[in-house]
Order: sequence, then C-alpha cells, then structure tokens
Amino acid sequence: MTVLALDSVRLTYPDGDRRLTALDAVSLDVAAGELLAVAGPSGSGKSSLLAVAATLSRPDSGQVVVAGRDTTRLSDKERTALRREHIGIVFQQSNLLGSLTALEQLLVVEHLRGGPVRAARERAGALLDSVGLDAAKRARRPHQLSGGERQRVNIARALFGRPAVLLVDEPTSALDHERGAQIVDLLARVTAEHGTATVMVTHDRALMARADRLLDMTDGRLAVVPTPAVRS
Amino acid sequence: MFVALRDIRFAKGRFALMGVVVTLITTLVVFLYGLTGGLGRDASSAVDELPVTDIVFGAPAGAAAEVSFSSSTISAAQAAAWARTPGVGSAEPLGVAMTRAAGATAAGSVSLFGGSADLLPPLLSGSAPRDGQVAVSRSVADTYGVGPGGTLGLGTEKVTVSGITATRSYGHAATVWTTLATWQRISGQRQPTVLAVRRSGADLGAADAARGTRTVARGDALVGIDGYQAEHLSLQMIQVFLFAVSALVTGAFFTVWTVQRKPDVAVLKAIGASSGYLVRDALAQALAVLGGGALLGGAIGAGGGAVAASAVPFAVGPATVAVPVAVMVLLGLAGSALAIARITSVDPLTALGANR
Ligand SMILES: Nc1ncnc2c1ncn2[C@@H]1O[C@H](COP(=O)(O)OP(=O)(O)OP(=O)(O)O)[C@@H](O)[C@H]1O
Ligand SMILES: [Mg+2]
Repeated sequence: MTVLALDSVRLTYPDGDRRLTALDAVSLDVAAGELLAVAGPSGSGKSSLLAVAATLSRPDSGQVVVAGRDTTRLSDKERTALRREHIGIVFQQSNLLGSLTALEQLLVVEHLRGGPVRAARERAGALLDSVGLDAAKRARRPHQLSGGERQRVNIARALFGRPAVLLVDEPTSALDHERGAQIVDLLARVTAEHGTATVMVTHDRALMARADRLLDMTDGRLAVVPTPAVRS
Repeated sequence: MFVALRDIRFAKGRFALMGVVVTLITTLVVFLYGLTGGLGRDASSAVDELPVTDIVFGAPAGAAAEVSFSSSTISAAQAAAWARTPGVGSAEPLGVAMTRAAGATAAGSVSLFGGSADLLPPLLSGSAPRDGQVAVSRSVADTYGVGPGGTLGLGTEKVTVSGITATRSYGHAATVWTTLATWQRISGQRQPTVLAVRRSGADLGAADAARGTRTVARGDALVGIDGYQAEHLSLQMIQVFLFAVSALVTGAFFTVWTVQRKPDVAVLKAIGASSGYLVRDALAQALAVLGGGALLGGAIGAGGGAVAASAVPFAVGPATVAVPVAVMVLLGLAGSALAIARITSVDPLTALGANR
C-alpha cells in the first residue's frame, strides 16, 4: 500500500534574479514497510526531497500525497497537524531539545497531540529500550548522551507518534562507521516492525545494502539504481 | 507548559536572574506606591477628607482667584453670597494656616484649621472645640503629650484641648482644629481662607463668575496645597519610568531568549507543534517568571513598607500592593509578547539538514 507518493514534483529556490531548480519532475512511491534509500552528491537535492515529503517545503508544482491526502492543497496549519499525526522525521543532527531528558523527548510528542503524558511514559520507555538506549540513560539530557545515543533517541522520537511515513536525513553522518551501521540496522528493523514508509537519505553507499530500494539523485532528478540492493 | 517549565528548570540561573530583577523592580514600585500614598495623605488628608463636595477659593479684591490655599482669602460678602446660592446646601468658611505648637513633651509645626464643628474629623475622645479650645489629631496628642483637658501652646496663645480627632494632616504637619474665631486670633488673619461647600448638583461656574471666586471639586483642590503637585508628579514620574524599565528589561530578556531558542522552536514545529501552541507555551513561561517575581516583590514591598511605616509616611493597603504587581505583570507580558511573536516566523525547514 502506497503511503507516500510524489508526482512530478518541482521545487525551486530563489537564486539571485534567477531560480535554482532543486527538484525536477521527481516522482516517487513508497509503500508501508518499505525502506527506500536515496543517495547522491552534495547539493543534488536530497534534503529538498525530504523537506517536500515532510510538508516543510511547498513544491512549485506537482503533488505530494501523504496518507491519502494531497499536502500541496493544505494550509500551513493543516500541514502542521499532518506532520504531528502521520510523519516522523529523523534529523541529520540529532535535533533534540536541550532542556528535555531522553524520555521527555518522546513525551513531548504526546503532549503536542494533547494526549495524556503520564500514561505514555511506559510506552516511551519501551520504545527507548527497543532502539537500544540503556534504561539508566532515559533521564539524561542530550548533552549527557553520545552522538549514537542521541541518534537513537531521535529515531525513537520520530517513531513515537506511530507515523505512517518516516523521513531520515543522513542519520549516520555524525557517527563512526560501526555505529552508523547499527543505526541503519535499527531503521531497517523499525521500518519492518512498525510498517512505516521510510525514506532515508545517505551519502554512505555501504549503508544502502539494508535498503529495499535505492534511488540516485543527481541535479534534482531521481534515477533508479540499476542493481537494487536486496534486503538481508 | 511542557517545554516551558523544563526550560525554566534547565536554565535556572538565567530565569532566576530575571525573576530577581522583576522582584526588585516590583519591590521598588510597591515602596514608591506606598510612599506616594503616604506622602499624599500627609500633605492633604485634612482637606481630602473634609465632608464636603467642593472648595471655593477667593482672592483679595482685584486679583484673580486661583486654586491656592496660601493665597486664597474669602470676604464676608463672598461668604454670604455663596451661602445663598441655589444648588448649594452649605458653604462654610474654613481657615487654614500653619503655626507653631508647644506641648508638654515637644514643640513643632502644626496646621491649624478653623471652622464649624460639622467640618471636624471624627472625634476619638472628648468633644468638639468651643472658642478658646482645640481638638487635636491623635498624632498631635501623641507627639506633644496632650489630651482632653490639657493645654497646648499655639503661636503666642495657650488653648485648652477639648478632644482628640482621627489623624489628619496638611502640608506634612498634623492638624489642630478650632473655631473660626479662635483661628482668626491665633493666625492673625481676619478672613477665612476658603469656603467648604456641599453642593447638590448645580453648576457653580456662574456663581464663581459673579463673585470672583474659583470653585473646584474637593479632590482637585489638593493641588492648591503648596508643594503637593510637584511632590506627587515627581513620584508618579519615577513610577512610570520604573514600569517602562521593567517592560523593556523583560522584553529584552525574552528577545534574547527567543532568539536562542529558535533551533528548538524549528524542531518543535517540524514535529508538529503549531505556532499557537508554542506562543502559549512561551507566554506561560513569561507569566510564570513575571508572576513569581512580581508576587514576591509585592510581598517584600508590603512587608518592608509596613515596617517602614513607623518612620516614614507610608500607605500600605491591598490596592497599593495589587496595582503595582498587576501593572508589572501586564507590562512585562506586553514586552515579552513582542519578543515571543518572533516564534511565529520561525521556519521549521531550518530544523532539517546540516545547514544549521
Ligand atoms: N533554502 C534554500 N535557499 C536557496 N537554495 C537552497 C536552499 N536549500 C537548498 N538550496 C540549494 O538547493 C540545492 C539542493 O540542496 P539540498 O540541501 O537539497 O542538497 P543535498 O542533496 O541535501 O546536499 P547535502 O548532501 O550537501 O546535504 C543546492 O544547490 C542548495 O544550494
Ligand atoms: Mg542534505
């Protein structure tokens, strides 16, 4: 079942008195439980692709359908609500909130949804366990965690709202190779377990082996990589 | 207030500093408020609490009447004409003067009011003065060591104390009441200073024009007390400046704070926090800091004022505390709201990617 669909998406940025084309006729379908990797050189438009899928950027033209809704027709407020309900984002820098403990990084998602925060504690703890964060570290703030631990919390936060779509921007760029591999393993596992439609952007070709599908981005255009990786 | 509370806890030092600043300014404002009230009362209560509606000021023939107790004087003809004016229930002559008092335990300045017994403040003991007698404010009784039946020297005269009234004062000198005749003798003035009028609705402008007098409502007559206006205005100006300073300081604090928080705000928006949610959260944070600081400052100001009241004129009351506390909170909120409004323009896109 397709959960995320981009159709002929075009995105430009102002560039002096001309416009720079960041995404050019990009079309894409991602099904529930599928891990799609997007690779490509720096500046090719990978983050722009995620921004459009995340409803953080409005494309100039084309459609972006998330969970059955064409997001290009929604107001800012509706897009915010859509992100809250259906989209999980794993940022490149583990963008955790400085004043919150690891556990609270997850609980704030529940608070944003107006849910009972106290009742969510157990589920948050279990999710942190499942991404491999020591129980002893749940009460730590971001500056007391390692880069890999922060990235695990980041993933757990993105998953906590049970999103249909999980968008991941270079999750391993701040990590060494081994930790990076662990994180990608984790993403492959949660994609399968939670049935999310996951799009992962990465520079690191070695990590793409875990993806179900690999696309290549060049100058704002997507191309299928001839030898698709096979999930192990 | 999920994030706001945790931010306060996390950045304790900064918020505590801000809270202390709010506390100190509020303390100062409450002090000033109490002092303004106390000094105002000390300068004017004998006039302000007269049981009349208006005060008529006069001037010697030829001069224009102005609102000034020190230059006003009322002729017998003016007094008689005013007593007959339609719409005027009563117009009683009142003498106002400063004089020197000498009692058993002290000597100093008092204000001397001469007029009929119905202008007298409430009697606490004894009776209203007859000619040759005075009723003294309680504070005069205490300071000069006199009571009903005792003797008080006023100017060159010696008078008997007939009773003690509630404390009133005028021009920062406690008030002694007597009859108009005795007032004339002690003050050496022939004519009363003003008329104390009870009016029943009529417009007194025409009467004023006909008699060359100037009539103002009792509350507006206070500016006719020497020094009252200057004192009041300078204290009020300091208050206004303090309020402005507090609004600017809180505005500046929350501006810096909001700018620092921008990355966090972008992340929160990216994960689905609406601008409304974030603004409410930030305003609640500002309210917590301002409310906490202002309440503490109000308590310290009221407590300090109560202690200081024995040494300086200080009026502590629910209003003298509640008004400055409320104004501090409201102005602080206004200042921080301007800063917090920036939250709405933070682009959640900045949370994504490496460009931050
Ligand atoms: N906000 C912006 N305003 C103007 N141009 C932008 C903006 N964001 C990105 N660009 C440009 O759009 C192009 C695509 O940028 P994007 O960030 O999507 O690339 P990327 O593939 O994620 O690169 P990297 O691998 O370095 O993160 C680049 O040429 C970039 O300079
Ligand atoms: Mg990028």
